[in-house]
Amino acid sequence: MKKIHFREWTVPSPRYWGVFAVLAAIVGVGLISALYMEHEGHWVTGMNNQIVWGMPHVFAVFLIVAASGALNVATIGTVFGKKPYKPLGRLSGLLAIALLAGGLMVLVLDLGRADRLMVAMTTYNFKSIFAWNIILYNGFFVIVAAYLYTMMEPKAKKYYFSVGVLGGIWRLILTTGTGSIFGFLVARMAYDTAILAPLFIVMSFAFGLAIFLLFLFFAFDQDGREIGGKLLFRLKNTLGVFVAGVALLLLIYHLTKLYGTKYHGVEAFILRDGGVYTVLFWVGQVVVGLLLPIAIIIHPTLSRSKGWIAGASAMVVLGGLAAMYVIIIGGQAYPIEMFPGKTVIASGFFDGVHGQPNYYAPSLPEILLGIGGFALAILATTIGVRMLKFLPADLSDEALDPHAGLKTGN
Amino acid sequence: MSSNNESIDRKRRSFLGKAGAAVATTVVAPGVVLHAAAPRSPEQPVTDAVRWGMLIDANKCASGCSDCVQACEEENGLNLVQMPEGADPEEWARQRPRWIRQIQLQDNLTGQVTTLPMMCQHCEEPPCADVCPTGASFRRADGIVMVDRHICIGCRYCMMACPYKARSFIHEEVEEKPTHTPRGKGCVESCNFCVHRLDNGRTTTACQDACRHQAIVFGDLKDKNSPVAKALESVKSRQIRADLQLNTGVRYSGV
Repeated sequence: MKKIHFREWTVPSPRYWGVFAVLAAIVGVGLISALYMEHEGHWVTGMNNQIVWGMPHVFAVFLIVAASGALNVATIGTVFGKKPYKPLGRLSGLLAIALLAGGLMVLVLDLGRADRLMVAMTTYNFKSIFAWNIILYNGFFVIVAAYLYTMMEPKAKKYYFSVGVLGGIWRLILTTGTGSIFGFLVARMAYDTAILAPLFIVMSFAFGLAIFLLFLFFAFDQDGREIGGKLLFRLKNTLGVFVAGVALLLLIYHLTKLYGTKYHGVEAFILRDGGVYTVLFWVGQVVVGLLLPIAIIIHPTLSRSKGWIAGASAMVVLGGLAAMYVIIIGGQAYPIEMFPGKTVIASGFFDGVHGQPNYYAPSLPEILLGIGGFALAILATTIGVRMLKFLPADLSDEALDPHAGLKTGN
Repeated sequence: MSSNNESIDRKRRSFLGKAGAAVATTVVAPGVVLHAAAPRSPEQPVTDAVRWGMLIDANKCASGCSDCVQACEEENGLNLVQMPEGADPEEWARQRPRWIRQIQLQDNLTGQVTTLPMMCQHCEEPPCADVCPTGASFRRADGIVMVDRHICIGCRYCMMACPYKARSFIHEEVEEKPTHTPRGKGCVESCNFCVHRLDNGRTTTACQDACRHQAIVFGDLKDKNSPVAKALESVKSRQIRADLQLNTGVRYSGV
């Protein structure tokens, strides 16, 4: 039985500052892109009056969903009492806050009037799920910060469990809210379904854990810390369960839509005739995001390699971005069916003439802003682990025997 | 005599009251009151005694005619929105604002062709107002669905929620705009039934006035003697996307 020690990230200064500089530069480019779009107006983007949410939303929603999922590792340790996960709780909380900050940066900077952020923070329409999300995001920051405090400050330890439970519940509500942003949209054929909320929850588990693993592996590799085979086995199995969960809910989503005749049009669009959206669905979302990671995770030999698990995690992230593109942009590309049983043969404002999908081509500034948000999340996490004791000093099997009743702390 | 005195006293009291209110508003909150009070006199507040609405007879709407669209563009200054320098005209066509557009439909079974104008349907339960995080999208007591451009943050969630694709986002800087239709980069807007006309005592919309075929009838749905109420009583009409049960203020016949 060993006590788990935590230590700052001890990579040599030049390497740390090198990572810092690269990430800060990417964030800077993202901010300059936002300034450019803000200054010129959205006409410099690929967005238009048909596809109103573009690439920034793909990144922003992905990061926000991943943020709540990243907290899952801490929740498993606290709420479900899984001791091997407890040493990972601090990084889990830090990454959750950082990912949310990155996602919100992108979301806010893509507003038509980003300068009116204070209006959004002070003027609420409580019937709007979007308004509820603003409260949920702010609450998430506060609760996770408090949760981290109970993990790191011995005097606050008595609140660790209760704050952890609150964080776990809050994150479930948060992702329900994010999924419902789309689920509540009765106007559009690809949305208008309650299953988007649980789909987003299980996607958050997968995306958050995948990013968590990638960062953990990178940080540990860089300063020579060890991750034991047993912990690795648990983590990759957990990832496998989450990815399988995504596959199941995605299947139910499409079966539900396929069953009702009124949704056949949108299903044919996404699954068969949608061009780039169909390719991204099958290749990106399904093969890269679901099937290949599952194949790696259940493979008897590949699944033992940290490199392959990292590869599976990277695929989950890429597949997740593809999923967001298909859901957010594909969902808008399919024209709203205003006149069932009729075909629009002419329109003065792009109403899907002869079933023509709405056009969108992402512009460079949009993509750079999205990547900037990603970089901000990683940068904030990197600074956090460098400055404070977020990373366990040792995660080897000897240090971390799940059956030995571990104690956590400094 | 005494009644005369009372009447004078009342007038005096009323005068003093109004003068006091005028001084107070000038001193305390000039911007706020001038803003709210400008379009209509305080004696005529917007109430739900009126519900503005429209009946569009698609049988009369002529293919190829765009008079209503042109009239709307001129009335609401949409024709003043210039394509930004360096913009791709094809992309700009998708990004420019439009409040009303013409749509032509063909029935999949019968092949029958229908032409109609489409704009904000001024729902009684507008999804755009439901989803708006700040309440910038709202429905006035008289049924007009509008955007408060002072608190619109440009999130475009209302555009995601609108079942009629009736809203436009201002993608660019707008140099010239009519005083009655302020317009700014980064906000969302849509048809408001020419609210500036209604608030100044007029009772028609620009699209209705422009329609040579009398395909558009506008008026107070609650006034049984209004032309729109009479027309709705005499012809069969329907709501677009009636399944959503939004109780739209715009109804169609011949669709």
